[in-house]
Amino acid sequence: MKETLENTAELLKEFEAKIDAEIKIEPRDWMPEDYRKHLIRQISQHAHSEVIGMQPEGNWISRAPSLRAKKILLAKIQDEGGHGLYLYSAAETLGVSRDQYIQWLHEGKAKYASVFNYPALNWADIGAIGWLVDGAAITNQVSLQRTSYGPYSRAMVRICKEESFHQRQGYEIMWKMMQGTEDQQRMAQDAIDRWWWPALMMFGPHDSDSPRTSNAVKWKIKRETNDRLREKFINKTIPQAELIGLKVPDSAIKIIGQDAMGENMYEHSDINWDEFWSVVNGNGPCNEQRLNHHIRAHEEGAWVRECALTYYEKSKEK
Amino acid sequence: MEAKVKYYLEIADNAFILSHRLSECSSNGPFLEEDLAGTNVALDLIGLAEPVYNEAAKLNKKGESGDDLAYRRSENNYFNCLLTEQPNSDFAFIMTRQFFMDVFNYYYFMDLANSSDKFLKAVASKSLKEVTYHLKRSSEWMIRFGGGTDVSKEKAQKAVDSLWKYTGELFTASEADLALRESNVSVDLEAVRDKWDQKISEIFYLAHLKKPENDYQMLGGKSGVHSEYMGFMLAEIQFLTNKYPEAIW
Repeated sequence: MKETLENTAELLKEFEAKIDAEIKIEPRDWMPEDYRKHLIRQISQHAHSEVIGMQPEGNWISRAPSLRAKKILLAKIQDEGGHGLYLYSAAETLGVSRDQYIQWLHEGKAKYASVFNYPALNWADIGAIGWLVDGAAITNQVSLQRTSYGPYSRAMVRICKEESFHQRQGYEIMWKMMQGTEDQQRMAQDAIDRWWWPALMMFGPHDSDSPRTSNAVKWKIKRETNDRLREKFINKTIPQAELIGLKVPDSAIKIIGQDAMGENMYEHSDINWDEFWSVVNGNGPCNEQRLNHHIRAHEEGAWVRECALTYYEKSKEK
Repeated sequence: MEAKVKYYLEIADNAFILSHRLSECSSNGPFLEEDLAGTNVALDLIGLAEPVYNEAAKLNKKGESGDDLAYRRSENNYFNCLLTEQPNSDFAFIMTRQFFMDVFNYYYFMDLANSSDKFLKAVASKSLKEVTYHLKRSSEWMIRFGGGTDVSKEKAQKAVDSLWKYTGELFTASEADLALRESNVSVDLEAVRDKWDQKISEIFYLAHLKKPENDYQMLGGKSGVHSEYMGFMLAEIQFLTNKYPEAIW
């Protein structure tokens, strides 16, 4: 027993030395159980978010108003699914199968980004989701490219490339709507009014209320804190909104100075955390709808997966 | 309407409407990889339709855009085959509809790649690469259904039985098509039918599936007479352009 403990202490020291030296942790490396657990939770949550996130955008595929808009939306949703695939693969390197992750999602044991529990109600929502939701996601994911777990970090590098295209196409939709008719402008403002706060909530609770932040930062899974990332996003996004004539739905917004790059920094109202926790805990407008959709599609596809597997087994016997 | 414009629209509408049906399957696939593959085919098909609509708009000389043709016609001016508009049910049905269309597209575009019309020739040559992959995927699924479980085989046979009556229209030439035959713009559909039939027999043999005995065939789509489903599909497709006709998206 004593020997094992000493052994573990030695392994932990090696692990921490790698983290300090910015050497990536790989699937076969020893890692503390809590590190593995944290990654299993975080990467699978990230994978589920990509996949569930296909639904609100999917709500507008059949009504996309031009050939170009439809192509872009289809391609974007396909990218999100592809990100889900990379992330499930990264998560599987931690010794848990995709089937198991999906089962945990269906049982409510695994979560996905709460923002996807809000509905996509008009065409400008497709713009707002790309611009604000993907924009918030990128702010977080850019920092995750340097995360300490190798497979997760490499997945993030690929994902970030595509996400920046998503953000631009979202902003382009908003820009076009603001150049358009009064109805289009009304839709665009309505969309930012509804998506602004959920997008800010995506960064998670204040650091002081985020129980898992300290270990995750120590192990360099997380490279920047929730509040810091949120500020970055706000500073970047407000000028973009103003440029095309949109108003952020926060009357308390004011410039409080410039950062080192000379960019404005803003003060803003606090987030409605009661709403945040309520949606996280299942009481958002679409929580039930999103999960039920995923469960239904998965159940309806059971015979197809069984068919493919049976056919594969039979072909091996031949 | 000039024969060539009508013929272009038949090609574009087949691709656009089938693409739409496939796009409705997003987030409904049996597993993630297949979900993405379905969207991929939807994207290929809309990518096929777009230049053909644009070119048809140019030929038509009425100041319309390709988008106007895709989004602003009335139902009886869409000329897609009935097969493409059949609503999605289970995965076997979706894939069988795709398989019938993929076999057609494969041989049709192969012949159209020799068209005297330079534009169609180029579109066909480009599409062949994609269509070849589509056909590989859907024929492999047909074989998998037939050789998988009892359930999968039964579902595939049911889909074949139900969709068979829409396959004849693929080879029934419209007046526009016949008018363009002599100048070698359009393709001899009887020759395509023979190759289609042979390919179907080959894959059905491998998949242990049977051609239906009832060979009754439904026509209409190519002349603008559609199923009840078409109106609902167009109501969704045209929702924004109908509600906000002045808007540019």
